[in-house]
Amino acid sequence: MAVLNEEQEMLRDMARDWTTNESPVTEWRKVRGSGDPKAYDDSVYGTMAEMGWTGIVVPEEHGGSDFGWLSAGLVIEELGKTLTASPLVASTIAASAIMLGGSDEQKAKWLPKLATGETVGTFAIDESGRHDPSKIEASVSDGKLSGTKEFVHEAHGATLFVVAAKDGLYLVEKGAGVTLTDRKLADMRSHADVMFDGAPADKLADGGDDLLDKVLDRARVLTACEMLGMAQHVFDTTLDYLKQRVQFNQVLATFQALQHRMADLFADLALMRSAVEGGLQALDAGFRPAQAATMAKAEANRVLRIVSNEGIQLHGGIGMTDEYDVGFYLKRARVLEASFGSTSYLKDRYATLSGY
Amino acid sequence: MATQPDVDVHSDEEAFREEVRQFLAQNFPEELKGQGNAMSSVEGPDDENPAMKRWREAMGERGWGTPTWPKEYGGGGLTRKEAAILNEEMAKAGAWNPIGGMGVMMFGPTLLEFGSEEQKKEHIPPICRGEIRWCQGYSEPNAGSDLANLQTFAEDKGDHYVVNGQKTWTSGGQWADKCFAIVRTDKSDKHKGISFMLIDMDAPGVEVRPIQMISGMSPFCETFFDDVKVPKKNLVGEEGQGWTIGKRLLQHERTNLSGGGSMARLMGSSLADIARKYVETDENGRIADAVLRAKIADFDIRWNAFLLTARRASEESKSQGGVSEISSVLKKVGTKLGQERAELAIEIMGMQGLGWEGEGFSKSELDGTRAWLFGKATTIYGGSTEVQNNIIAKRVLGMLDHQ
Repeated sequence: MAVLNEEQEMLRDMARDWTTNESPVTEWRKVRGSGDPKAYDDSVYGTMAEMGWTGIVVPEEHGGSDFGWLSAGLVIEELGKTLTASPLVASTIAASAIMLGGSDEQKAKWLPKLATGETVGTFAIDESGRHDPSKIEASVSDGKLSGTKEFVHEAHGATLFVVAAKDGLYLVEKGAGVTLTDRKLADMRSHADVMFDGAPADKLADGGDDLLDKVLDRARVLTACEMLGMAQHVFDTTLDYLKQRVQFNQVLATFQALQHRMADLFADLALMRSAVEGGLQALDAGFRPAQAATMAKAEANRVLRIVSNEGIQLHGGIGMTDEYDVGFYLKRARVLEASFGSTSYLKDRYATLSGY
Repeated sequence: MATQPDVDVHSDEEAFREEVRQFLAQNFPEELKGQGNAMSSVEGPDDENPAMKRWREAMGERGWGTPTWPKEYGGGGLTRKEAAILNEEMAKAGAWNPIGGMGVMMFGPTLLEFGSEEQKKEHIPPICRGEIRWCQGYSEPNAGSDLANLQTFAEDKGDHYVVNGQKTWTSGGQWADKCFAIVRTDKSDKHKGISFMLIDMDAPGVEVRPIQMISGMSPFCETFFDDVKVPKKNLVGEEGQGWTIGKRLLQHERTNLSGGGSMARLMGSSLADIARKYVETDENGRIADAVLRAKIADFDIRWNAFLLTARRASEESKSQGGVSEISSVLKKVGTKLGQERAELAIEIMGMQGLGWEGEGFSKSELDGTRAWLFGKATTIYGGSTEVQNNIIAKRVLGMLDHQ
């Protein structure tokens, strides 16, 4: 854990208390059971907004607290631990796009609403199931955007889309010219293909040529934070399970074969945490954020895949049941792994950024 | 890659930086620039030329070879921040710390913690001046990972001990002046029967035989003790305290063997630089072999995550005032990554990366072969990876012993 200031420690403790007491995994089971494609509870997101979490990265002049990326990451990690379903990550990414590329007018119009949770935003980029920002066909003419974005996170709850078109990022409000098709994924969260058919679009024109890359850096780091919380939780619950489960008249935790596997996971988790926190700190400091963000998501992809697989294996048969939580983490893990860059994509990007 | 520049730049730090620059300008011999030898710790001592001697004496005089050790014993008395500045400025100037070895890395910190005032006054200053070489008498033929099984026995003869037995893997034993050793003073208790003592390597009855390794080098020795007299003033701590003191020393060893330690020093140019030299690049300067390029990126990402972890461990230790629990993974991960890197370098260089000797190979190619082979020792010595896994599982994760 990075060394935190007092403010950050309070925020982290508050998030941890709230998720533990008010939003354990049983709450996710209820949401899943409701069958609502939006897949989160408005009142839960309202509570998060009241606690100030929707405005952590937003400047104070626009109604946020400007606590920074490390602070936002701490909260998102805690939410990841209990699989708390909310559009917080999606909406924070959308807010960051407006902060980076919006005009004063666009900032004044949207940031306060995103910061208070009144508006839910999301980021619509990919046009196929594989993340690839070089393959964007959506285009705008006469202020109308057309194209189809696939697997958009939190599309059901969002009313504001940050859409990547050929010539830049645009704001599109849900309404005329915007059609959703549900895409049910294994994680049972909100995903949809969003068809834009001449939808009114407002360009984020002030962010420079690399605005999309900058927003993706933030999307990758925040996604990696959720993954970090998940990996930590799977590790912790697997360790607890090994300390309780008895076979051959022995607690499983006494078997050296299992001890060494847990030691390996512990080491991988340490690297993942360093990379993710390094990503957050790089965003805050503005120091090589592209490389740090790529590294954060690449390590998150690598380690969460290992931890989620080992979590199932080390739980044994019971880990394969829906009654146990560990399977939820496996399914959400792969959805996040594929979001904003697979491991091979990120390695390619890292090599390019490093000049080889 | 660092993630973040230091935000707070204090003026007194700037003043210290200036002091370092002046010291380097006045004392670092120009002809030594960039000649710090990564392999010197395993190849043995170089013949000390006059420039080297001048540089070592200048650093020793100032105490900056052991920058954070107390001034009263000849150290530099610097804060960690100042020590970091010293390192940065030396790197910029192409200079390096000429004072090292086991006295600095392991024995000194342990003696500062456990030694008597007389012992510190006797042994620490020569280490700070780089005038003495220490070696480690720990492992024995039947006490490797099960170190506490050691049998070398020190018999109490009143004002001195008489030591008999055999140590092995004594790094640099053939060049050492003195040996810090753990020996048995009581055969009835495995752990509490161990004591920590200091033995002169030129005392009668000490015999050293170098062991030739797969790398072709002989950095390790067997050391035999045959009725060796050791005065009682050379006992560190109490009799029977040797296991506690000895383990503490191993923590220093682990720290040095991981992050900023020997593996990192063995790494010269980046894998991408090596690849640019040995394999094709495309018109954009990319490594043309996509599989190899991805392997290098994969390694670089994990290596940088490791460096961040080493830094995080140090920051956590400072803020918590104790050793961070992630310190336990640094040795295990750092050594494994070092080995992976050496393998990948050979994969990039092909046969040219496997040269043993003779014409047709550059010095760095030949060094690389030896470093690759020597590197296999890193996951075995200093507590093997398997021992590290036991330590992590039991002490950090609270997984129990077999009942």
